[in-house]
Order: sequence, then structure tokens, then C-alpha cells
Amino acid sequence: MAVSNTVSQEELNNVLAQLARILPPRIIDELKNKLSNKSLTKEQLANLIRILVNEYYKMLIDPGEAIGIVTAQSVGEPSTQMILRSFHFAGLREFSMALGLPRMIELVDARRKPSVPMMTIYLDEEHRNDPNKAQEVAYKIQLTTIENVTRSVEIDYINSQIIIEIDENELSQRGLSMEDVRKVVERIKGKGAQVEFEGNTMRITLEGADIIKLRRVRDKIMQTRLAGIKNVRKTLVRYKDGEWIIETEGTNLEAVLTIDGVDYTRTISNDIHEVAEVLGIEAARTVIMRELKKVLDQQGLDTDIRHLMLIADVMTWTGRVRQVGRHGVVGEKESPLARAAFEVTVKNLVEASIKGEVEQFRGVVESVLAGKYIPIGTGIVQLLMEFE
Amino acid sequence: MATQTERTAVREEEIPLKAIKAIKFSILSPDVIRSMSVMEITTSETYDEAGRPMVGGLMDRRLGVIEPGARCETCGNPPDRCPGHFGRIELARPVIHVEYSKYIHDLLRTTCRECGRILLSDDEIDKYRKRLERLRARWKLLADRLIERIRKKAMERTVCPHCGAKQYKIRFERPYTFYEEKENGVLEKLDPMKIRERLEKIPDGDLELLGWDPKVARPEWAVLTVLPVPPPQVRPSIQLETGQRSEDDLTHKLVDIVRVNEKLRTAIESGAPSSVVDQLWDLLQYHVATYFNNELPNLPPVKHRSGRPLKTLAQRLKGKEGRFRGSLSGKRVDFSARTVISPDPNLSINEVGVPIDVAKVLTVPMTVTEWNIDIARQLVLNGPEIWPGANYVIYPDGRRVDLRYFRDRRELANKLAPGFIIERHVMDGDIVLFNRQPSLHRMSMMGHLVRVLPGRTFRLHLAVCPPYNADFDGDEMNLHVPQNEEARAEARTLMIVQNHIITPRYGGPIIGARQDYITGGYLLTRKDSFVNKELLMYLLAAANYDGEIEEPAIMHPKELWTGKQIVSMLLPKDLNWVQPTAIKERCKDPYNCYTDEYIIVVNGYMATGVLDKKSIGAEQVDSLWHVIVKRYGNDYARKWVDSILRALLRFLDLRGFTMGIDSLEMPPESYKELEKLYEDSERKVFEYIQRFREGKLEAEPGLTVEETLENDITIELSRVREAAARVAEKYINKDGDAYIMAKTGARGSIVNITQMVAMLGQQTIRGERFKRGFSNRTTAHFEPGDLGPMAKGFVKNNFKSGLTPLEFFFHAAGGRDGLVDTAVRTAQSGYMQRRLINALQDIYVTYDGTVRNASGSIIQTKYAEDGIDVSKSDHGRLNIDEILRRAGLSG
Repeated sequence: MAVSNTVSQEELNNVLAQLARILPPRIIDELKNKLSNKSLTKEQLANLIRILVNEYYKMLIDPGEAIGIVTAQSVGEPSTQMILRSFHFAGLREFSMALGLPRMIELVDARRKPSVPMMTIYLDEEHRNDPNKAQEVAYKIQLTTIENVTRSVEIDYINSQIIIEIDENELSQRGLSMEDVRKVVERIKGKGAQVEFEGNTMRITLEGADIIKLRRVRDKIMQTRLAGIKNVRKTLVRYKDGEWIIETEGTNLEAVLTIDGVDYTRTISNDIHEVAEVLGIEAARTVIMRELKKVLDQQGLDTDIRHLMLIADVMTWTGRVRQVGRHGVVGEKESPLARAAFEVTVKNLVEASIKGEVEQFRGVVESVLAGKYIPIGTGIVQLLMEFE
Repeated sequence: MATQTERTAVREEEIPLKAIKAIKFSILSPDVIRSMSVMEITTSETYDEAGRPMVGGLMDRRLGVIEPGARCETCGNPPDRCPGHFGRIELARPVIHVEYSKYIHDLLRTTCRECGRILLSDDEIDKYRKRLERLRARWKLLADRLIERIRKKAMERTVCPHCGAKQYKIRFERPYTFYEEKENGVLEKLDPMKIRERLEKIPDGDLELLGWDPKVARPEWAVLTVLPVPPPQVRPSIQLETGQRSEDDLTHKLVDIVRVNEKLRTAIESGAPSSVVDQLWDLLQYHVATYFNNELPNLPPVKHRSGRPLKTLAQRLKGKEGRFRGSLSGKRVDFSARTVISPDPNLSINEVGVPIDVAKVLTVPMTVTEWNIDIARQLVLNGPEIWPGANYVIYPDGRRVDLRYFRDRRELANKLAPGFIIERHVMDGDIVLFNRQPSLHRMSMMGHLVRVLPGRTFRLHLAVCPPYNADFDGDEMNLHVPQNEEARAEARTLMIVQNHIITPRYGGPIIGARQDYITGGYLLTRKDSFVNKELLMYLLAAANYDGEIEEPAIMHPKELWTGKQIVSMLLPKDLNWVQPTAIKERCKDPYNCYTDEYIIVVNGYMATGVLDKKSIGAEQVDSLWHVIVKRYGNDYARKWVDSILRALLRFLDLRGFTMGIDSLEMPPESYKELEKLYEDSERKVFEYIQRFREGKLEAEPGLTVEETLENDITIELSRVREAAARVAEKYINKDGDAYIMAKTGARGSIVNITQMVAMLGQQTIRGERFKRGFSNRTTAHFEPGDLGPMAKGFVKNNFKSGLTPLEFFFHAAGGRDGLVDTAVRTAQSGYMQRRLINALQDIYVTYDGTVRNASGSIIQTKYAEDGIDVSKSDHGRLNIDEILRRAGLSG
């Protein structure tokens, strides 16, 4: 073969740029990689492109395809096979995770709070390579109350005193000192309490308080925040994919993103509504998709990401997160019959009559109800014939 | 009236045929109710002594007739043509329509009690009206929210901005009582008449702001003055064997209403004390309310004499068996059959064996033409008793002849001419739909070709069991015969089995070999497997092979072929393929592996490797089977899998394969090893417990000491089980049947074998060790507080050696827990799937490539960002390597 006939890198890039108008970027990138160390002739390239485009067109989805139903089935069918209610990692992980079907239902329900709220916090260049530095960030995040650093607590009812002994080890482990404790406790002073410090022990005197009040004050002091972020109950520094990350139990994305050392571009929570609020609806869509995928993957079930994408899009395309059910996607359908056929039949019909709603028969169920052709799939075809 | 009753029957052609284009929902106004009613119900009697319907009663002939032979006095039609006509009951006093009481409450609270205007200033009204108009055009949901806001705002007002009247708080007591709370806290009852007066005063413009459409739904119409009475078609009475008549629940309810209404009217007319009138009025309200809905909160449901609550209007519509879900979304169908299924490996995967008895009942309409007239005649001649025959003949004028009751079939057969339609029995090659519940995905209902067979069960190929999730332990399946050409064409092109080999869930084959086929494939292609000429012929005949026979691998002393050669002969000649097998262990390089751990196919010649689950199994992506489907197409794949699976099964048949106790034999030293394993770990567990008792165990972060202990023990015990599995795998007979099945993926796993020969391991309830039972112990056989392995459900024995009674108990308890769990889970996931389907069913791909819902809103601008259909893809992607290979650029 003639040498001059080989395609130069420039020409190849040119062709690929043209292809970008037809093919999705992911395929172009893969092709570029695969062709990088090959030299090919013009004829070969032309042939390759012809086959490639041909194959791509063959794989394109048909107009009319009832992709919604296919998606619902592709997600619903494997969920029947989910075996374990929740996986207990035999103590290997410190979090009990709601997995499997319950988590899946939680996601499509778009529940306000996940049963196990979690954040995955990525760290910036400086902190991600060193577990100690990662732990430092973790201490800034994990909620520390006085209770966490207390060795013992007693109530002296005679002198109406609360005696708290602080554990220095715990303090220093969390990068705190007695000074921090003092500052926090001082605030209570204003409310008519006397605070004395004696090494690691503090005595809080409340003049004339009864037993019940003493106990209440004790509990309140124990729950006072020393450091960290509200709602983040636990943190765990883990090594994942070549870097140190922090996983947390409890979420507070907004606060975490402002902490130094956190890579705010990748840090994410598993609470859909929180993500939608803090990062926007597109982020919420991604979270729904990823979380669904995670559930299925953990159960060893193979479901294409495209299905999860569609579910996420249906849940979020209006700009808010909507539940898959009568308080969301189904409840907001324009067809009164479709809503009535799902749940709360009578209420939907009554409301439709008040509003004077009109049934247009544009969806599937309503068409089935009326015995009309289904407007999707093969029913999308409208053949017009002129009669002489 | 006279003109109505004398009207003659409507002729067929006069009935206009129309398709429903839209349905507008509204509230019936009293005027409409009166004008659509043909009569007023005046008496609560239904029949006189002679059993004739009473004139002016609920079964009046003017409402329509359902008894055969009678004629409707309104339209003059016999029962099958009379659609029924509404009547009415003029209520002596108005009553509230219960289903609207909540909305009436809202209106009473948001409008003035004096002037009826909405409790908003003119400025506000103006502002909101403009905003609402704009939102109504495009943002229906936002409009709904705005209405909600307007309502809240109006409700806050205590003085009417229009007439200055003071507003009182309206108390609503479910289901239909309203009170007005006056200054001094006195409750004044608002009767429906007063409510109706107030609602009448609300102007149309204000109603619009509150979400009502006053053109079709004036609020006063929700307070009934006249009640429509549905015709008997809606509430048919049934004749019992005793000759007694049993009325429909609705009729009972209407009788109650008419009776109370009569009483109320006489009470009013006779000037009875107001307390009596009010009492009757309330009773009327109760009856009308339960007529609409018999499951109202705070109201006792009306009961039948037997104690069964009546099913009134709302109950008819509601729920799974209600009108919507039970009669309109899903219906019972004709031309269907159901029976037990059984396997038949000799069928093609797209066939279904239909018992003759079924084939003689299910029919297909066949239009007689000049090309099939001879066949048609023969079919009619055979009649309904002999298969293949016919059950009905339909004349060109639409007359229908049932051949079961027709004597001279020969004459009829001769009369057949083009244009006749005969309903012939289903025959071989007809397309039918085959279905197994639960229908979780589209592969639960596929198109099969009929094969009429003797016997009483449906027969299906084993390779289509995975998509149906079927087995043969008593499963039943349904079969439906499409009745027109359109449906058959769709079934043949879209639903037929081979077009569903690749599932749209992940783009891999869901149909494929399982169980014995995999064992057979492995045993045939193993290195030590040779086949003599006789067996070769046998297998190739089973595979329906008609090509050349390869030269034998061994010529002397006997001609012998390898199993791989047989598979090679069946493979397409241009296939090149490399993949790991399920028994892959050590080898890294497929071209340098001498233990058959990789399949290498060169130009259709199987050079190394064995067939097993990874290569021909169902639900395996990027396997030999997947590649054949992708490269050679669905139809070729169907034929290929038919033939190779028949050959594999025939081989296994002739060789013989069974699993017995001998395949579970292990040498004595292995048991010593297991014993030691257990003892070591038991000691360790007791050490933990000891440490815990002494308070030396330190709690892990976030856990209590007890949890930490439990955790440690669980880890330790699961470690033992894993170690036991390794021991089992080390000592088990590698040529044993159990091991072969587990290793090739045919059936069972190493875990099963371990449980049979080594150790069952920890039994769990809800994922935890046993903890309930007696206080501080699981059974009375242990000391209270015993935390050791045995006391908490660890089973150290195996199935082969047998379990101790205690172990048996724990095992049974754990097993039962699993069953309960499964039942709960199926209900949960079923509901989730129903919701998903309901939410997504309208979504489709348009011609411009966007994904839209029923109202035409774009959900995705391009399906899944790349427009690729998973079911046409290669495991969800466009396989660049494959394309490079086809372009001759690979390697």
C-alpha cells in the first residue's frame, strides 16, 4: 500500500470532528483512543466510518417506542429479585446501610429524608493523599458534643451541682482543648448558672434548682455542640480509588461544602431533596440515577443506566423532585381518567368535575379505558388515505 | 309522555356510530337531571303482588328493560337494544352531595356569608385574576398552587371587604354537617337549604379564582334538590333458583331514599313539628350520602340483612376490583386457554405445544378465498369434534352457524364460497401469545408458533424458561389467540420469541441454556470426551445437521471424534471468538492455556475451552451465545440454539447424569480439619465473650459494647464458614456430579456443596443471630445469657451427617423467616412496579428523537443522551472493538 495514502493525525481529527455531529461524544472518544496507535489508509478509514455510522444508526431507538414502559419494567422486574432486605456487612463497614428494595422504594418515593442519610466527601489536593490530614478535616465535620468527650457526669443534688469530668484524650484526638469546652460552657453562665473549672472537671452550680431542672440542664449541656456540623453524627475516613475520602452518617451538604479542605466539586449527599436545594435540580437528577444504580449493583443486578436516567428525568424535569406515585408524577398527569385509574378514584373524579377538566385521551390508560387505539408504539403511525 | 312511549324501535342504521374524542367532567345541574330523566320515581314499591313492576317505582318499564321478551316503554327496544333511561327523585328537602362536602366547606370559608363575594379586596381579585389567566395558559400546576394560595388568603379574612359583614368560623363535621361558630361560641347548624342559598350567591368570577369552572359546575349543584336514578341496566336484579328476586345493592339504597323522601314530604305537608322534620331530613341526608359512598368516616355503613355492607357507587369504582382497574383497564377475554406447563426439548424455542383438546376450542377466523376453499371445506366437514376442524361458519351476510348443533355439515361445506368466514381450530404454525404471571416485563408475554400435540399440558422449550421465570413444579400458563390480521402481524414481527432473546434491561441474552444443557455442554466438550461414529451420527441427527462431517480426531484403532469437533460442526464457519469459561482459575493468557479455561473459536473451529454457563448460559453478556445472536441475527440464533441444545441434551441422555450421595464423599482427614476449624473459632468466640464479661472489650466507635461483641462474633463465625467452604472445595471429588454442576454453573454453588458436606453455618433471623425466645436465651437448653455460637443458632453440622435437634430447630426457624420475608417483599416490589408503570407508561420516543409524555412535554431531548436503544445495543454500548474487527482493523 502506498505510504502517502495513510491518514495523518490531522486528517483523522478532522474526520472525527465531523463525526461529532452524528455520534455521541463518548463513542468518538473511545474511537479516538482505539485508533491512536494505528496507522490506516484512507480507504480503511472510510470503510471504518461507514460501518460505524451504519451500526450506530441501526442501534438508534425507533420512533414510537414505548420507552417508558420498557424502563419501568427494566427497573421493576429486577427489584422483585432483590433478596436481602438490608445488607449487614458483618461489621466490616461501620454504617448500617439501607439497601436493596427499601432503599429503592425510598428513592422512587422521593422521601423527604433518607433512612440512612450519608455524604461522600472528597478532599482537595492537600488533604486527599494523607489519612491524617483527611482525619483532620473529618474532625472539623463530625459533630462533637460535650457528651462525646465526657468521662463521667454526676449530679450533686444537695449542692445542686452538676459535675462533669472531661476526657482529655478524647479532646486531643478530636483536635480540641479544654479551652474550647470552656468557651462553650461559659455561654450557659448567662442563664443564672455558676461554672467552675478544676483541671478536667467542671462544676456547674444552679442555685435553688430542683431535681427535674438539674437533670434537664445536664442533658442540655451534654448535647451542646463543641465542634463539627449539625446532623453529621459519624464520620469515617476511607481509602477509595486512590485517595482518602470521608463518609459521613447524617447529611448537611450546605455546611460541609464551606469547610476548608473539602473538594466541593465532587462532594455529594444521598438526600435527593437536599441536593436539589443546595446544588440544583440537575445534581438531584444525577444523584437519583447514581443511587438507583448503586442499589442495583450491590444486589448484583444488571440494569442499563439509560433506564435509570429516564426515571431520574421523569422525576425531575419539572424543576422539582417529584415522587413516582399519586403525590407526584402520576398525580400531576393531565388526564383525569388516568389519575382515577391509579389511586384515589373518587376524589380525582370529583375534583375533575369541579374544575371542569377535559379528558383528551392522549395517554395510554385513558385510551385503554375508552377502547381507543393506544397512541404510542405501533399506534403512533397515522396512515392517511385519500378516497376518490 | 305519550309520544315517548309510542315511539317505535330505533333501527340499527339510525344509531349513529361515533368515537369518543373527549370527555368533559362537570356537575349535573338540577335542570339537566330533570331534562334527562324520563320519569319521576314516586313510590318506594318496586313490584306489585303479581310481580309486575310498579308504575312510578324503581323498576318502572320506562326506565328501560332487562328481562328478555319485554319492551322498553321509552324507546320501544327489546333489552339488548335499550340503553336504559334515567329517572329522578324530587327531594323534599335539599341534601349535600357528600363527596363535595369538603369543597363546599372551602367555599363557605372563603366567601362572604352575606353578599357571597370572595373575601378578597377588588385589587387583590384583579391581581390574582391576571396572574391566574397567565398561568392557566401553560403552567397548570402553578395555577393550581396559586389557587391554593388565594384560598388560604381568603380564609384569613374575618370581615368582608365588599359589604363589611363580619364572618364567622365555619365548623365542618365529617361527613356532611356544618356549623357556624357565633361570637359567644354558640354553634349554629347550617342546614343544606341555608348552605345552598349561600352558594347561589357566589358570583361566577369569584368561583374561577377558587378553581371552580362555574360554566359546568355551579357550587349549589353540589347540594342536591333532585337525585338522578340510574336505569335497571346499571342495577340489574337477579332471579334466584327459588324464584325469588334479589335486588341490586343500589336498588335497595334507592328504595330507602324514596321511602324516607316520601315520609319527609308528608311530614312537611302535614305540618309536623320541626324536630320530626329535621330528624327525617337528616335520615334522608344519611341515605343519600351512603348511596354515593358507603365507606364514609364517622358514618356506620349501611348493611345488608346478612350483615354484609352494601356496595354503593363509590365502592363500584374503587380499588383493584372496581370499575376502573377491574373492568376497564383490564378485562376478561375470549380465545384464551390456561393449563399446566411441561418441558419439551424437541420443540423450537419459538414454539408452544398445545393439547388437542385446547386446539379444538380455540379458533382463528379464516376468510374463505378461492385458494383455500378446499381446505376450508375439509375443515367444516371435520367439524368441531375432529382436529383440525372448525367451530363456526359465518355467512357473508353476518349470519353465524354453530357447527356443534348443525346436522348437515356436508351441505354447508359445499355451500362455502369466497367471502365466507370459518372459525377454524388453531393449527400448527399459527401465532399465539403465551404468558406467565406475574407479567413483570415484556418477555412475560411472547409470540409462539402453535404445535398441536397429544396430552393435556402446554409444552415449551427449556431455554425460554428464564424470561417467563417458569419451572415445571405445577406452573400454569395462559395462551391467547390473536383474531385479526393486524394483531397477528404485530405478534409475528414484534412479539415472537427470537426477537426477545436480547432483553432491553441490559442488552444481553435472557433466553439461553440452563441446568442440564450446561452440564451436557461441559461434559461433551471436555478434553476426555470422545464420540464414536454411531454416537456422532446420533448427535448430529438430533441437531438436524446437514453439513459435512469432519475428519475424526483419532483414526486408529477406532474412529473417534472429540466433543469439541461436534460443537465446531454446528458453529458458523466464519466465527472467531475468545472468552474465559466458568472454570477459569489460573490462566491469564487465553493462547497459552492448556487446561481448557478459555474458549477459542477460530473460523468456526472450537480449538480450546469447554461450553458452560459463561458461554451458552442464559443471562450472560459477552458470551459465545450473545455474540452469535448479535452477529448472525435473531432467526439464525434461534435455529442455532435449537439444534445445539438438542445435541447437548441427547449427549447427556445417552451418557447419563445424576447426583447421588457418592458425589458428596470426603476423606476422613477433611472432617478432622473441619472439626479443628470449628473448635478454634469457638474458643475465639468464648474469648471475646470472656473479655466482654470482664469489661475489657472496648466499644468500636459509634457502637455499644454489646454491639461490638456481636459484631466480632459474627465476623468470626462467618470466617469459619468461609474456611469450611475452602476445605470442602479442597477435598470434594472434582469429578463428582455435584461439583461439576456447581463449577459449570448448571445448578447449585459451592455454598450448597459446603452446606451438604461441611457446615451449614450461622442461621439468621432478620440478618442477625437468634436472640428471641425465652428471657436471655433462645431455648431452654442453654444457660440464660449464653452468647456462644450454639446458643445463638450456629449450625456446625452438615446436611449429610445430619443436624442435631437444636440445630434443626434453628435451621427451620431461619427458613421460615426467609419465607415470610419473601412474601412481604413481593407485595412491596409489586406495588413499586405498578407505580413505576403508571408513572412512565405514557412516555415514548417521537419521530424527532425526543422523549415525551402524553401531554407532549419533552422529558429528554435525545433518548438517554445518545439515542441508543438498549435492546439493540451490545450490552448497552456500541462495540467499537467489534466494528474495528469488521473493518479488518483489529489486532
